[in-house]
Amino acid sequence: MRLLYFAWLRARIGCAEEEVALPSEVRDVAGLLDWLRTRGSGYSEALRDLRIVRVAVNQDYVGPEHPLREGDEVALFPPVTGG
Amino acid sequence: MIRVQREDFDVGIELERLAAGNHRIGGVASFIGLVRDIGGSDQVSALTLEHYPGMTEKRLAEIETEAHRRWPLDAVLMIHRYGRLEPGDRIVFVATASPHREAALAACHFLIDWLKTEAPFWKSEETPAGERWVEARAQDDAARERWSPRPEANPHAAR
Repeated sequence: MRLLYFAWLRARIGCAEEEVALPSEVRDVAGLLDWLRTRGSGYSEALRDLRIVRVAVNQDYVGPEHPLREGDEVALFPPVTGG
Repeated sequence: MIRVQREDFDVGIELERLAAGNHRIGGVASFIGLVRDIGGSDQVSALTLEHYPGMTEKRLAEIETEAHRRWPLDAVLMIHRYGRLEPGDRIVFVATASPHREAALAACHFLIDWLKTEAPFWKSEETPAGERWVEARAQDDAARERWSPRPEANPHAAR
């Protein structure tokens, strides 16, 4: 699975993108976020407050219950500030 | 039409092109967003816009489709820049053309409100205290809700 990080999430996690093999118990977005937070202090710091984390799967906004599949492109980022 | 680009654009040329050759159009409305030199109470010497290539274009196209669904529009143009910009530089341009002004003005307002809360762009500001990420403003969510009430206060929150 391809993970992308933007803005301060990228800065805190320390990379813009990575390929990960999901553990079999991770089935949805909420599970992915829980698992990522166990991967180190950069992740747990970046994902401490999920109210300010947005998730897109295959470039569409999704909620925590959205199921994940092999080959999905998952992006994590803060609330947007364009315009 | 959607354009996401680093370079500046010419407002006059863009507006002229939008209505050129279509004499059904009776009104063209536009919005231009500029870089301010103040962020909160701090001086801002520049800002850098980052975006999510692919998703940006996809979201903007969906917003454009929604505007066409709601109003009789003959043409829509949204240009959003990315990269490093300085105070006074243009960031974003939205223009709409319709037989009548009401549709053109309302659609233009709708498009910029939705763009600000949907399109995946992020600003970081250069201030005397260093570089910092701009935080999303509750007013922007409120402006979006004006056009589409949603049951949840924060439709995209991860939890």
